[in-house]
Amino acid sequence: MENRILLTHGSGGKLAHELVEKSFVKALANPLLAKLDDSAVFDLSGKLAFTTDSHVVSPIFYPGGDIGKLAVCGTVNDLAMSGAKPLYLSLAFIIEEGLLQDELDKIVNSIQKATKEAEVEIVTGDTKVVNRGSADKLFINTAGVGIIPQGVNISGSNARPGDKVILSGTIGEHGIAVLSQRQGLSFSTQLESDLAPLGSLVADMLAVSHNIHCLRDPTRGGLATILNELAEQSKVSIRINEEKIPVREEVLAACEMLGLDPLYIANEGKLVAIVPALDATKVLKAMRGNHYGKSAAVIGEVRAENPGRVIMKTSLGTSRIIDMLVGDPLPRIC
Amino acid sequence: MCLAIPVLIKSIEDKEAEVEIGGITRRISLQLTPEAKVGDYAIIHTGYAINILDQEGAEETLKLLEEIAETAEEGE
Amino acid sequence: MRFITEFRRPELAEGLISQIHHKSKTAVRLMEFCGGHTVTIFRYGIRQALPKTLEMVSGPGCPVCVTANADLDKAIALSQIPDVIITTFGDMLKVPGSYSSLQEAKASGADVRVVYSTMDALKIAEENPDKSVVFLGIGFETTAPTIAASILMAQDKGIQNYHVLSLHKLCPPAIRAILDCGEVRLQGLICPGHVSVIIGSHPWESVARDYNIPCVISGFEPLDILQCISMLVAQVEKGESRVEIAYRRGVHPEGNREALKIMEQVFEPCPAQWRGMGEIPGSGLKLRGKYRHFDAELVFSIVPEPACEPEGCICGDILRGVKTPTDCLLFGKVCTPEHPVGPCMVSSEGSCSAYYLYGGSFGE
Repeated sequence: MENRILLTHGSGGKLAHELVEKSFVKALANPLLAKLDDSAVFDLSGKLAFTTDSHVVSPIFYPGGDIGKLAVCGTVNDLAMSGAKPLYLSLAFIIEEGLLQDELDKIVNSIQKATKEAEVEIVTGDTKVVNRGSADKLFINTAGVGIIPQGVNISGSNARPGDKVILSGTIGEHGIAVLSQRQGLSFSTQLESDLAPLGSLVADMLAVSHNIHCLRDPTRGGLATILNELAEQSKVSIRINEEKIPVREEVLAACEMLGLDPLYIANEGKLVAIVPALDATKVLKAMRGNHYGKSAAVIGEVRAENPGRVIMKTSLGTSRIIDMLVGDPLPRIC
Repeated sequence: MCLAIPVLIKSIEDKEAEVEIGGITRRISLQLTPEAKVGDYAIIHTGYAINILDQEGAEETLKLLEEIAETAEEGE
Repeated sequence: MRFITEFRRPELAEGLISQIHHKSKTAVRLMEFCGGHTVTIFRYGIRQALPKTLEMVSGPGCPVCVTANADLDKAIALSQIPDVIITTFGDMLKVPGSYSSLQEAKASGADVRVVYSTMDALKIAEENPDKSVVFLGIGFETTAPTIAASILMAQDKGIQNYHVLSLHKLCPPAIRAILDCGEVRLQGLICPGHVSVIIGSHPWESVARDYNIPCVISGFEPLDILQCISMLVAQVEKGESRVEIAYRRGVHPEGNREALKIMEQVFEPCPAQWRGMGEIPGSGLKLRGKYRHFDAELVFSIVPEPACEPEGCICGDILRGVKTPTDCLLFGKVCTPEHPVGPCMVSSEGSCSAYYLYGGSFGE
């Protein structure tokens, strides 16, 4: 019989200890975690960044990623978007009883790989098991801390007129890869999620310029939504050029088929940087030198007029307003 | 209304076809276009081919539009 | 992407735009009937590129927007029946009925599933033999044959638990209704492209003749729309009123005969309620008696509460082209895409949503 996670695995008793020891501590081994005290204790000094994110995705495995890697990358990227070097993560599972032990192992394994690549450690964690139907297979929450290098001041409210807007690569792959697996929508594609930890990309960028004004990862809501957030926070307008935005053909095709707009599709391994025009060239070069920024491009600039608006020059040379995402991007027929 | 796009028919099996657009594939129904052949471009709407695209017609339209663009340029 | 990207080439668009500017002398009002056209026009900022002589108004060509509250209420009532799975195109989920929406019904426990195709709905029916699967049949002549095909397929395969709530609408009667009421004076019609893929160009001929109005069928790429406008302008300037096709690659004058045959086999015309326009005779489709066991309305006896319309909403006037979204007191204040009051704000093809999201004529 296949091994499944049972309610007792979350009860704090013997089975629970076994699960923690065998499934988690062994795979994610590091001295801080191995202590198994009530909290992780460590020294840190400097300006800290601290963030948390809960991860729910259906299905939990999809081309190019899974919920485990997502839980690590999501939090690592949130830290990196403040300019921080991500260091330590917490990891909390909410498991629906009946989850296959094999699936859990696969996810923990994927978490391990992701932490290694992102050069972070899981230092504390928690597991709860809930009744069937009370969760969708598995939810993961991660929180993380990182250190912000001296002289770095990155915030969504720092964009200034004249700044350049740089996008680190093609958009929409994560959302489309996940959508391709949904029941009732099944289409096949070689496309994989772009899921990736962006700590090293940000480090490479900061190595050439400490003047980066804003960083943000266009996750849910896509590029359009975060550009709107930045325009609103900084009280500026952002002008982008449709033709400069890199999109893979598969993403365009899937969007045509489902009636979606790539600008609103989620990414998990991309970032937008707003940088002073003077530093744009060197930041762009640094990005292109990193594996996760190979197809980085300047897609637009910051302006003073029409604060709060994002305006796109269309391929026909006309302009239109780009608003935030409203609701879920649902496939439509009309 | 009525989102529909042209896709290439790669293979046909019974009343269904495997179609491709920009690197993604999907099965569609040919119930409404029994005349469909492999290599045709079908216009699909909600998973059904609703017509076979007239490739010659498309080329001719584009040729006409190119002529219009050339005339417009000369006129300027 | 073949046959898509070619029809977005900027240099060809420029040629057409300059041709339109050159030809257009008379001030005219053109209606794009179809919501898909409205979206292309806004998405590519086409209004900004047109000469001042041309005024574009949007028509009622969005199946979601024209679905009457009473019909939506039926769908929601069906979702409340135990062991019923509602399958629907994503478009319908957020549309508010009189009292609630399918999205809200889902949140309170109804089994509502979004599908891309009726084929997916059939599959759900096969996989859930102990439940009833109801497909919400919305759409115009483009969609109706695909739903007719699914009913024939269900019959072929002996799938007993598949039912359709037929809320289909037909386009030519609605266009006639708009022209008949004469509230909005139009000098040209951009006719729906994918509807015409099915019905062909002939049904528009009597419209052009009876109302002395140029009718040009357009595709959905920016070049299609621009070519269509250019052809309409040429007719206007010459005083003609003919049917022309600016979507040759998709539309044959006689339409898709097989699709028409299947549609006719399964459905028969009936009167239908259009939001904002009331009942239009012969503008709906219902299942023929032979297929009554697939008809959700007959199989399940549902008696929804009497329908009511949201106060202050002028979607009806907007659908008829009499008013624009900015004339509405609710627009952008009470009624936004996050909190839609009327259907024109819900549907991504609705005029209000297009005005709101794409900023109307912004960008000059």
